[in-house]
Amino acid sequence: MEIQLVGITVLWLFLYGYLIVASIDFGAGFFAYYGKLTKQDHLINHLISRYLSPVWEVTNVFFVFFFVGLVGFFPDTAYYYGTALLIPGSVALVLLTIRGSFYAFSNYGSRENKLYLFLYGASGLLIPASLSTVLTISEGGFIEKRGDEIVFLADRLLTSPYSWSVVFLAIVSVLFISASFLTYYADRADDKPALEIVRKFALFWSSPTIIASLLVFIALHEHNVAHFEKMLNYWWMFGFSLICFLVASGLIYFRKRYGTAFIFVMLQFFFAFFGYGVSHLPYILDPYVTIYSAYTNETMGITLVVAFIAGLCLLIPSLILLMKLFLFDADYVKGKK
Amino acid sequence: MELDNVMLARLLTTTTLAFHIIFATIGVGVPVMISIAEYIGIKRKDPHYLLLARRWTRGFVVTVAVGVVTGTCIGLQLSLLWPSFMKIAGQIISLPLFLETFAFFFEAIFLGIYLYTWDRFKKPLYHWLLSIPVIIGSSASAFFITTVNAFMNTPQGFQLENGVITAIDPIQAMFNPATPSKVLHVLTSAYLASALILGMIAAFQLLLGRTGEYYKKSLKLTMVCGFVFAFLTAVAGDISAKFLAKHQPEKLAAGEWHFETEKGADLLLYGILDENNEVKYAIRLPNMLSFLSFSDFNAEVKGLNEFPEDERPPVWIHYMFDIMVTIGIYTVVVPFLYLIFDKLKAFNPHSKWLLWSIVLGGPLSLIAIEVGWIFAEVGRQPWILRGYMKVAEGATTADNVGLMFLLFIALYIVLGVVCSIVLVKMFKNKPAEVELEYRFNK
Ligand code: HDD
Ligand code: HEM
Ligand code: HEM
Repeated sequence: MEIQLVGITVLWLFLYGYLIVASIDFGAGFFAYYGKLTKQDHLINHLISRYLSPVWEVTNVFFVFFFVGLVGFFPDTAYYYGTALLIPGSVALVLLTIRGSFYAFSNYGSRENKLYLFLYGASGLLIPASLSTVLTISEGGFIEKRGDEIVFLADRLLTSPYSWSVVFLAIVSVLFISASFLTYYADRADDKPALEIVRKFALFWSSPTIIASLLVFIALHEHNVAHFEKMLNYWWMFGFSLICFLVASGLIYFRKRYGTAFIFVMLQFFFAFFGYGVSHLPYILDPYVTIYSAYTNETMGITLVVAFIAGLCLLIPSLILLMKLFLFDADYVKGKK
Repeated sequence: MELDNVMLARLLTTTTLAFHIIFATIGVGVPVMISIAEYIGIKRKDPHYLLLARRWTRGFVVTVAVGVVTGTCIGLQLSLLWPSFMKIAGQIISLPLFLETFAFFFEAIFLGIYLYTWDRFKKPLYHWLLSIPVIIGSSASAFFITTVNAFMNTPQGFQLENGVITAIDPIQAMFNPATPSKVLHVLTSAYLASALILGMIAAFQLLLGRTGEYYKKSLKLTMVCGFVFAFLTAVAGDISAKFLAKHQPEKLAAGEWHFETEKGADLLLYGILDENNEVKYAIRLPNMLSFLSFSDFNAEVKGLNEFPEDERPPVWIHYMFDIMVTIGIYTVVVPFLYLIFDKLKAFNPHSKWLLWSIVLGGPLSLIAIEVGWIFAEVGRQPWILRGYMKVAEGATTADNVGLMFLLFIALYIVLGVVCSIVLVKMFKNKPAEVELEYRFNK
C-alpha cells in the first residue's frame, strides 16, 4: 500500500473512532436533557454519567488526534481548510469548548444546574451538525481558489440540499448510536427501568438513519455525480452496512443480545463510513487537494507512521485497561464500585 | 498599531495561548504534587495527606477540562490563523505535534482511571502507581509542545532552496539548540507554579482561621516542594539566558537593553528608556551580563545594533524579563523563609505577613509564566520561524479575524469566571474537616 494511503487510512480510522465515541457522548447529552424535561432523569441520568465520567476526555483526544495527524501528513489541508474555514471552524471550537468545560463543571462541580444541562444537551446536537459540514465542504463547490485567494462560499453551503441532508444524517446517527450503546450499558447494569427508556430511543431513531442515508445519496447525485458514481462501485460496502443495520435493529427489537446489537451498529457505520471514504479518494478537498498533492515529504511520512505504530503499542493496552475497568466490569457498571 | 489581519491573528493567538498556558501549567505541575501527597499518605498511613491528594485531584479535574478545551482551540487555531506557517512548518515539525497527542491520550486514559478507582484496589499503592502515567503523559506533552516552540526560535533539520524544503530530518528539528534549555525551564516553572498555587490555598485557609493539622501539613509540603522547584527554575532560567547569548543574541540584547557589543557588559535591572534610547534609573550590575551569558566576567556580549533594524525585537520586553526575574527571586526567598522559620522555633512560620506573602506567591508565579512567555515570544519578533519566515508572511488572509477575536475573548471570559466560581463553590461547600470525618472517621 502506498504511504499516502496508509496515512489517510489511519486518520480515517481515528475519525471513525471519534464518530463512535463522540456520538455516544453527544447523544447522551441530548438524552440527559430530554430526560430532565420529561422528568425521567432519575431513571437514566445516573447511567449516563456513570459511563461518561471516566471517558469524556479520551473522546476529545480522538478528535485532536485526527486534525493534528491530518495537518502532519497533509500540510496543504491546513492551508486550504484553514483559510476557508476560519468562521465555521471557530464556531465549532466555541461549541466544543463550552460543551467540554461545562460537562466538567456540572459533573465535578455543582450538579443539577439546568443551564449547564441545557448547554450540554444543545451542543450535543449542534457540534455534529457543524463538524459534518466539513465533510460536505470536502465534496467541492464550496471552496474556490480565485487567483491567490481562497474563498469560502458560505451562502452556497447554507442553501445546498446536500449540505442539509448531511446535517440531518449526522444528527440522527448520533442519536441512534448513542441510544443503542446506552441500551447495551443499561442491560449490563441490570437497570430495567432505564433499559426500557433507552431501548425505545434506539428503536425510535433507527429507521431515520436509513432514510437520512438515502437522502444523502440522492442529494450527492445532484451535487457531485462523479463521487456518486464511484460510490456505486463500492455498493457492496453500503449493502453490508444495511445488513448490519437490520441485524442490529432486529436484535434490539426482539430484546436479544444488546452487546452484539451494538457491535452491529458499529459495523453499520464502519461500512458506510469507509465506503464513503474510499470512494472520496484521492480527494481531501475536491478538486484542489488530493492525498498525493498534499502529502508531506517522504521522511516525515515514514517518521509519522513509525511514531504512530509505537504510539499504538502504548495506547492499546491502556485503552483495554480503561474499558475493562469501566465498561466490562459488571460491578462498576451496576454501581457497586 | 494597525489592526490588520496579521495583528489580529497575533492578538487572537496570544489571547488563546495566554489563557491556555494557565491551565496547561496547572495540568503539568499539579499531578506531581498529587502524586507526592498520596505517596506520603500511604507510606505514613496519614489520612491528612490522602485527603490532600483527593481534594487537589477534584479541583484539578476542573482545570484539566479547561486546559483540554483551550488546548483544542489553540491546536486548531494554529491552522486557522497561520495556514501558510503550518503548511511550511508542518512538513518539518509535525512529529512532536503528533507525539503530543499520544501523550495526551495516555494521560487522559490514566487520569480517567485514577479518578474513579480510589477505593478499588486492595493495595493503596496500586492506585498511587496510576498517578505515574498521568505525570509522564502531562510532562511529555509539555516536552513535545515546547520542542515545537523551540524549533520556531532555532529552526534546523532542513534545507531551504528556492522555496523548496529538502533534506528534512524530523529528529534534528525536534532536538534543536533551544530544546534543552526551554524544556527544562518550562517544566520546572510549571512544577513551581503549581506548588505555589496549592501553597496559596493552604496559606489562605490558615489566614481564615482554619488552623487544623491538615492545612499546616499542606502548607509545609507545598513550601518544601516550592523551594526545590524555585531553585531549579532559577538554574534553568540561567541556562536559558546562556542559551540566548549563544544562539539568539538579539533576544537577550533587546531584553537587556544592551545596544553596543562590548566586553565585560553590565547587567541592567529595571529602569526606563527615554526617547533617545538612553537608559535611566536602572540598577547597573557591573560585568554581570557577561557573566550571566558566558560564565565569564569579561566575555564579549553582542549588542542589538549589530542586527539589521528590521530584525530587532521590540525593546519593551526588558520589563517582562525584569518582572520574571524579580518573581523568580521572590519564589526562592519566601518558601526559604518559611522553611527557616519552621526549623528554628524562635520564629512563627504562620505569622500573618508570611502567610500573606505565600498567598501572593500563587498569582505571582502565574504572572511570571505569562511574562516569561511574552518575553520569549515577542523576543522572537519579527520572525515566526527565526531566519526563514516572518510573522507577516504566516498569517491568514481570511476576513473577519477581528470578529473571531471578540468571540473568543467572550468565550474565555465566560470560561474563566465560571471555572473560578465552580472551584470556589466546590471547596466551600465541603470543608476539609467534614470530609476527613466521613471518609476516615477521624
Ligand atoms: C514561574 C515562572 C518563572 C520564573 C520564576 C522564571 N521564569 Fe524564565 N521563563 C518562564 C517562567 C519563569 C517560562 C514561562 O517558562 C518561559 C517562557 C518561554 C520559556 O521557554 O520559558 C521563560 C523564559 C525565560 C527565558 C527565555 C528563554 C528563551 O526564549 O529561550 C529566559 C532567558 C529566562 N526565562 C530566564 C529566567 C531567569 C534568569 C529567571 C530567574 C530566576 C527566571 N527566568 C524565572
Ligand atoms: C509551545 C508552542 C508554541 C507555539 C507553536 C507558538 C506559536 C505562536 C505563533 C504562531 C505566534 C504568532 C506569531 C507571533 O506573533 O510571533 C505566537 C505568538 C505569541 N505566543 Fe507563542 N507559541 C507557543 C507557545 C506559547 C505559549 C505557551 C505562550 C504563553 C502565553 C505563548 C505566547 C505568545 C505570545 C504572547 C505571542 C504574541 C507575540 C506578539 O504578538 O508579538 N506562546 N506563538
Ligand atoms: C509550552 C506550552 C504548553 C504547555 C506546557 C501545554 C500543556 C498542556 C496540558 C498540560 C494540557 C492539558 C492536557 C491534559 O491534561 O490532558 C494541554 C492541552 C492541550 N494543548 Fe497545550 N500546552 C502548551 C501549549 C500548547 C500549544 C502552543 C498548543 C498548540 C499546538 C497546544 C495544544 C494543546 C491541545 C490540542 C490540548 C488538548 C489536548 C486534549 O484534548 O487532551 N498546547 N496542553
